[in-house]
Amino acid sequence: MTRTPAAAPRASLSRAKAVWRTLRRLPPTARIGALILLFWAITVLTVHLWPIADPLAMVGRRLQPPSPDHWLGTDALGRDVFARTLRGAVWSIPIATVVVACAVALGSVLGALSGFYGGWTDSIVMRLVDVTLAFPPILLAMAVAAMLGPGLANASIAMVIVWWPIYARLMRAQVLEVREREHVEAAVAGGARGLRVLRVHILPLCWTPTLINATMDFGQVILLAASLSFIGLGATPPAPEWGSMISEGATRFYEWWIAFGPGMAILSVVLATSFLGDGLRDLFDRRSG
Amino acid sequence: MLAYILRRLIMIPFLLLGVASVSFLLSQMTKGDPLAALVPERMMSNPDIVNAVKAQWGLDQPLPVRYVIYLGNLVQGDLGTSFSTRRPVATDIAERLPATLELVVAAMIIGTVMGLALGLLSARFRGTLFDSVARIFALIGSSLPIFWSGLILLYLFSVRISFVPGTGRLPPRVTAPPDVTGFYTVDALIAGNIPLFLQALSHLALPAFVLGWAVTGVITRLVRSSLIEGLSLDYARTARAKGAPERTVLVKHALPNAMIPLLTILGFTFAYLITGAVLTEAIFSWPGIGSYAVRAAASLDYPAIGGVTIVGSVAFLLANLLTDIAYAWANPRIKVH
Repeated sequence: MTRTPAAAPRASLSRAKAVWRTLRRLPPTARIGALILLFWAITVLTVHLWPIADPLAMVGRRLQPPSPDHWLGTDALGRDVFARTLRGAVWSIPIATVVVACAVALGSVLGALSGFYGGWTDSIVMRLVDVTLAFPPILLAMAVAAMLGPGLANASIAMVIVWWPIYARLMRAQVLEVREREHVEAAVAGGARGLRVLRVHILPLCWTPTLINATMDFGQVILLAASLSFIGLGATPPAPEWGSMISEGATRFYEWWIAFGPGMAILSVVLATSFLGDGLRDLFDRRSG
Repeated sequence: MLAYILRRLIMIPFLLLGVASVSFLLSQMTKGDPLAALVPERMMSNPDIVNAVKAQWGLDQPLPVRYVIYLGNLVQGDLGTSFSTRRPVATDIAERLPATLELVVAAMIIGTVMGLALGLLSARFRGTLFDSVARIFALIGSSLPIFWSGLILLYLFSVRISFVPGTGRLPPRVTAPPDVTGFYTVDALIAGNIPLFLQALSHLALPAFVLGWAVTGVITRLVRSSLIEGLSLDYARTARAKGAPERTVLVKHALPNAMIPLLTILGFTFAYLITGAVLTEAIFSWPGIGSYAVRAAASLDYPAIGGVTIVGSVAFLLANLLTDIAYAWANPRIKVH
């Protein structure tokens, strides 16, 4: 079937409609989750324009409890915790996005090739997956991040190494299942060969579990990134990254507000992704529930 | 079933070899100089130490030989020497293992009891306000950064209302009970020292709760969904038709079947527990492997990090093996694939 120029816009319009219809079918909790994520996305893009304090400047007396001037108080250097929490999103959210994207890309490609070709490709990839999954995630992330040296880039690499096997397994299982369907057989009978079969006839049907899982994992990556920063292997001061902010508050038991803001921020993202992920799974993928 | 377990058992040595190989590669990656992973910077100027380490780990040998030496040392239980404590990593870990185990076991008990109770009640009263509250409580536990919930609860219950003591396993200057199991609570009981037992228990309570809360979410969710599924099956309908009250159907008929899926996530829960223990110990100054790992990571104590990683992976593999065996035993329908 050829696609005429006139048909293309209509197709994309109906796709937008389909997305909108999907969103409307989501349960209320999932919609709340989507709204929270939207809020953080807008924050990341526009927070530099907001009338809030400079996250790195000393704007008040140090260690002040929350007040009308400083909604979440000030930290040990007199910086505004509320401003730092909002600005922290600019660190935490893009990092998690990049980590999940890289893990999905790497895992899906290897998993798809593994499922499609089988044989020794499959053996090598799956043994790599098995060995990686034999490590408790945080210990592997800590070891890799420490060996590469502290810093956000290295912590991100460490997290991709921890996460890709999950997507490799998911994608491999999907490819193995779709490969046996009749339309693939028909395509092969029609002369389609090799990677083209994988790309055109198999992969488009394989993405649902991966996308749902990626939604849920986004929150987990935020958690792990914060944990690595908390340990001292991720973001370094004075960056207002959520984990390292909590780490700054961790030695001050009386000044609870220093850690309060970033903690709530992390909680909101993690809850939002599990709400949204659950909702999406209920809609699209009842089997894996 | 036997074939299934055997297959799992055969996998273990290969996975261990894989873990060791990855650890070896990581130790070789450090700043391009493997010596940096074995000798602290300030000792680099001492030729005696440098030469001794070079000989022990075969650093003047080519990579494959080093790999064999590394594996040899590993098999003999030699994980290298910690930069910061200057003692064998294996000794450090062995000394700190009981503290971590005590915390993890206590947390597992709290998490399982809370998860079962919440899952059972929210399945019984599904759709009610209680159901929502219980599920949100469970979900929050697994969504909170554990180092943050630990911090806030420590502030609330220790700093604000002095309900529990502060950090550590015992108050300062209190002698630990004679070592039998390494669990202070159990050892105090064995020694018949009730006040000491209460002190150890009150120190254990909060970190164990924080860690237990983190796994409650996973367990609650699973128990609730498998109970609700069980309640819609034929055996539940039969029980109801014979006049059994809903409570009996739930506890006597649906619950035993919900225990099987619970077994399958034990390994998964264990991963949560290790992650949680590392961070909980850091917050509560709990002298276990987790706080050791955090300190090692922060001070780039490579041998210590490597050692903890290997020991943690072995524990993780064993937990997963036990899970597989328990599952195969509980559900004979399982097939080898």
